[in-house]
Amino acid sequence: MSEGPLLSVEHLTMRFGGLVAVDDVSFSARDRQITGVIGPNGAGKTTVFNCLTGFYKPSVGRLTLTGRRGSFLLEQMDGYRIAQRAGVARTFQNIRLFPGMSVLENLIVAQHNKLMRASGYTFGGLIGLAGYRRAERAAVEKAREWLERVRLVPMADWDAGNLPYGGQRRLEIARAMCTDPDLLCLDEPAAGLNARESAELNQLLLSIRDEQKIGILLIEHDMSVVMGISDHIVVLDYGRKIADGTPTQIRNDPAVIRAYLGEAEEDENPAAEGAKA
Amino acid sequence: MAVTAVDRPVDYTDLAKRSVAAGVITLILGSLLVGLETVPTPNGGSMQLEPRYRALICAAVGIAVVYCLVELLKVGRAMPALIGGLAMLAAFAVLEWAKIQGLPLGDQLPFNSWVVNWGVMLVPISLVLRALLMMHRAGRPAAVQQAGHKEDGFAAFYLKYNKLFGTLLIAIAVALPFAPFADRRLVDIGTLVLTYVMLGWGLNIVVGLAGLLDLGYVAFYAIGAYTYAMTSINFGLSFWLALPVAGALAASFGIILGFPVLRLRGDYLAIVTLGFGEMIRIIITNWWWFTGGPNGINDIPRPSLFGLVFERNAPKGQETFAHFFGIGYLPIQRVIFLYFVILMFALGTNLFTLRIRKLPISRAWEALREDETACRALGINPRNTKLTAFAIGAMFAGMAGSFFAARQGFISPESFVFLESAVILAIVVLGGLGTQIGVVLAAVLLIGMPEYFRSLQDYRMLAFGIGMVLIMIWRPGGILSHRSPTIFLNRGKAKP
Repeated sequence: MSEGPLLSVEHLTMRFGGLVAVDDVSFSARDRQITGVIGPNGAGKTTVFNCLTGFYKPSVGRLTLTGRRGSFLLEQMDGYRIAQRAGVARTFQNIRLFPGMSVLENLIVAQHNKLMRASGYTFGGLIGLAGYRRAERAAVEKAREWLERVRLVPMADWDAGNLPYGGQRRLEIARAMCTDPDLLCLDEPAAGLNARESAELNQLLLSIRDEQKIGILLIEHDMSVVMGISDHIVVLDYGRKIADGTPTQIRNDPAVIRAYLGEAEEDENPAAEGAKA
Repeated sequence: MAVTAVDRPVDYTDLAKRSVAAGVITLILGSLLVGLETVPTPNGGSMQLEPRYRALICAAVGIAVVYCLVELLKVGRAMPALIGGLAMLAAFAVLEWAKIQGLPLGDQLPFNSWVVNWGVMLVPISLVLRALLMMHRAGRPAAVQQAGHKEDGFAAFYLKYNKLFGTLLIAIAVALPFAPFADRRLVDIGTLVLTYVMLGWGLNIVVGLAGLLDLGYVAFYAIGAYTYAMTSINFGLSFWLALPVAGALAASFGIILGFPVLRLRGDYLAIVTLGFGEMIRIIITNWWWFTGGPNGINDIPRPSLFGLVFERNAPKGQETFAHFFGIGYLPIQRVIFLYFVILMFALGTNLFTLRIRKLPISRAWEALREDETACRALGINPRNTKLTAFAIGAMFAGMAGSFFAARQGFISPESFVFLESAVILAIVVLGGLGTQIGVVLAAVLLIGMPEYFRSLQDYRMLAFGIGMVLIMIWRPGGILSHRSPTIFLNRGKAKP
């Protein structure tokens, strides 16, 4: 699938009443690449994500995903179907685990659709078919693999809410990966992590890209993460795309520097804080 | 609860002030509730108010003293509580003795009713027990160290003997009708409790697992009851044939209710389900030519055991249970049979829940309860998942309803008022959301006890209220509110 892009966003516009949060944005993300989406606060990054994952219906635009499962027009699909059919998984800016369920259960829930089929939509599982038990063992094995990769095996039976913050971030990524996605969307995965955890996260994302051979779309404020691991970066400001290119190109792009550091005469630009972080 | 702090200084002036304040507050709050009594006028016909100074002052002084003793107990001084508690008990014993002897001193008992007098004595008894326990612990410093470790001892104990406890409960339930002390009343109460256990377990799926607060659960119970009553009377369907019909119909209504409320959560969901419950009841009341309206439905056939009926004389073409087994006819045979039917139903519900908890659908329910947005992002269809929960919960209510109709032989809309929904929900919440045995304990406490102690008249409702308050103070998550994961990776290893 290296010929066409995994995800192509064309003329995406999202209006909330009179406010235009995303204005005619087009970009594409490739398979086996990490695509970073950056921009100052309020630039519309999360809105783009919410359109992609079906939480918002875009006002205008076409979102095409061409993955292993086929080609899908995401803007026409229900939120849960995008994850179920098209293979788009996401994490959230403010972590959304199932805090009262165990770490392992979080990963098992992520494999819900596969297990549902195996359990004969509950009827087979109720009468105890062997197929379901096999599928459940396979699901646990898959969960164990991911727990090993995010170093959470000893905490597998803890309540997810009791994990330390960094562990919760890693678990959320593992949970998204347990859905077998073609495109993984990460909304600020490094937020709240210290430098060491952040470096570990980079390694994890690179290994996911190389071993799972999927595309990753990454919103990030932390420049060390974005510049360090992205193959391709899209910069948004006030809902518009202002730049698109490799990290080196972006670093030297005058429009980006202006958006992040402000015009020469503007001293107070709250967005600059994010850039320095 | 620092037990070791025996030598912690106590500010006696402050303690005295706070005790007096507690007494004064009691005096003010109780001045109307306890201090005035409505009695009939001597010439009859009307009522008048009469002050009850003695009861009010006893209550105020008692609260002040008990408050003081409890505060001392909290800072590690057990002796005053022990002495005070024993003194109270001794005074009570003397007064009670005087009353039995007919001495004038016997009139000095603080309250007019013996139930309240004896009930109040629970306070000094618990004081003495706490004091003794504390003194006992003070002698063993090793045990004291654990006080800082906040461990839910009750839930831990329960988890350890989980299986044993469950088996024991089932054994008791099976043996109950044959116990020497079991009379018809006890078996009837057992049947009633088991009906509520089944309803509680059914509602637990909706409220406990899926986290959908349903205040109209009794509607499904009503639908089940009317389904059996009407199919048996109009089409001659037997109980066992009508049962799946009732379950399926109630489940369909569950889905019908579920659809419009899919987007609602929490309070809004509760209001709509409450409305649904009332709607069903009002429809049943007003659709008189179809449902019999407020007069209800009479002469609903009783269930049979594989065609054997529980009657003195068999109807044409049927055989009685007593005749088939060659034993004499006793009316209690039917009561015991019904008891076992509902026991089987309840255990079936339990087995179903235990099994489904290991299946993806139940994990999706719980995930939906925890975070619906995250569920959506994982590709779980929230609509189907919620509707399944509503349908399955409703199905069990429908089956319990047809049992109810078969047992009573008569149903009317009055049996399906909102209070029933509230009681079932109370059983689930007090038992501990999502736990199975907690529901049984709560049903026994909320249904069985008030029913068994009917002879205590209104005091049983007082005790009911006090019991609810105490549970909410001591076990705010319900009697048993522990959730253990449905699947383990590192079984047997240490947990946090």
